[in-house]
Amino acid sequence: MTLDLSLLPDGGVRWLDASGQHADVVLSTRIRLARNVDGYAFTGRARDGERLRVLAQVREALSHMSAMPESFLVRLEDLSPPERAMLFERHLVSKELAGLDVQHPLRSGAAVYLSDGLSVMVNEEDHLRMQSLQSGFELRAAYAMLDRVDRDLGARVPFSYHNEFGFLTACPTNVGTGMRASVLIHLPGLVLTKEIGRVLAGLQQMGLTYRGLYGEGSEVVGNFFQISNQTTLGRSEEDLLELLIRVVGHVIEREEEARRVLLRDAGYIIEDKLWRAYGTLRYARSLTFEEAMNYLSGVRLAAGLKLIRGLSVYTLNKLLIFSQAAHLAAAEGRSLTESETNLARARYVRKALEEEAGAVG
Amino acid sequence: MVCDSCQERDAVVNLTTIENNVVRQLHLCERCAAERGVETSVATPKHPLGEFVKAVQEQSIPGASDAGRCTFCGQTMRDFRETGRMGCARCYTTFEPSMRELLRRVHAGPKHIGRQYRAPNDELLEKASVLGELREKLRRAIEQEQFEHAAELRDRIKVLE
Repeated sequence: MTLDLSLLPDGGVRWLDASGQHADVVLSTRIRLARNVDGYAFTGRARDGERLRVLAQVREALSHMSAMPESFLVRLEDLSPPERAMLFERHLVSKELAGLDVQHPLRSGAAVYLSDGLSVMVNEEDHLRMQSLQSGFELRAAYAMLDRVDRDLGARVPFSYHNEFGFLTACPTNVGTGMRASVLIHLPGLVLTKEIGRVLAGLQQMGLTYRGLYGEGSEVVGNFFQISNQTTLGRSEEDLLELLIRVVGHVIEREEEARRVLLRDAGYIIEDKLWRAYGTLRYARSLTFEEAMNYLSGVRLAAGLKLIRGLSVYTLNKLLIFSQAAHLAAAEGRSLTESETNLARARYVRKALEEEAGAVG
Repeated sequence: MVCDSCQERDAVVNLTTIENNVVRQLHLCERCAAERGVETSVATPKHPLGEFVKAVQEQSIPGASDAGRCTFCGQTMRDFRETGRMGCARCYTTFEPSMRELLRRVHAGPKHIGRQYRAPNDELLEKASVLGELREKLRRAIEQEQFEHAAELRDRIKVLE
């Protein structure tokens, strides 16, 4: 089987289309619910046969469900490592499910159901990791879609549930609601004004946490932060969403304020810095992933400040995904060494910006 | 408090170091802390799992049930301390006292107050589960070109539906 992501609108990355609220600052909203199917050991302790039975049971249930229209099943075992890496780079599966994590080799029965904006990972750390991924700052919309899938699936498959502890998960840090709601946010203004430390410390006091672009354990690159709830027990889904909406709303205001201050107090310095970032992306012949992220961060800020006009946020968002190693290798049709990847990345970014360049000024 | 290193600026970072089994407390200003590789502007987030593993390890008083083994999946508390993962849903009941204490420490509150859930009734479930398995068998039979077996499976599926 080869991976045919063309079955999904925009290849599963419609969340990049910048259609949501505050899309210039917030790239995406993601909510995931962790559930386990009762009657089986959790994935890490389950035998191959058990994982396959979990998959068969979920498959049966999903075939009757209307909450996930036109979803299709991808079994990770049927994919080559580069194809699995592409799914991961598009944020459609976790590193663990894709078997790309050294500690977690690919498991039998690892699968994902994909549909527009919704997915269900099967046999991840928990039997089920349901996810809703939307453009911009859209926590309520994302939750509403996911809740429908959760209720529909939970009425067909018995979930492990405890009256006191709520939904039971392999890791006790996910017990209760099993919900992790996160917002991928771009905060160059707060980083440049050096206010970011205080803002991040404030988040932790509010019971929120932050990570890099790729979730747990990943580093912050390109001033992209994923802000999410830290705890899942002792607070309702509604409370957790409310808290995030309030706090992230405040962070967005602070970021906008920081951007105004930068323009007011250091206008020409900022302008110069951002145009240089744009110039590098337009003409560089080799770019590491980190470099590309950092310059893209600058160009994104320039577009937000309307210093560089004619660049769409959508194009910039897509560059973040399509300039990653597995995507570049797929576009070139062969595996690439690290230095070849850097060359291919620079070529790809140049071309994408060139296509929009007519309007830039 | 003045920085222990430069004796000039205000100390804002408390650094605990262990050298030759001696614990030392250093109070440093931002610049001196940075020189020692301590990042202050964008502090590394407290990893939730790190906090959590610490809480697990601090659980030195084994509850009465901790010595046991989960009757469903065979997991012990020792396995849990190594992996940080529970083996199955039953583990939460098997090790309930320890779990209650642990969850109280790592979460906002001790009790689930979110969406309430009731599992669907058994009869429907059993049917769904059997159907799922039959469909999977049917798929494999067709793949392996065992058409007679496939026809048989298809008939059984029809009856159940």
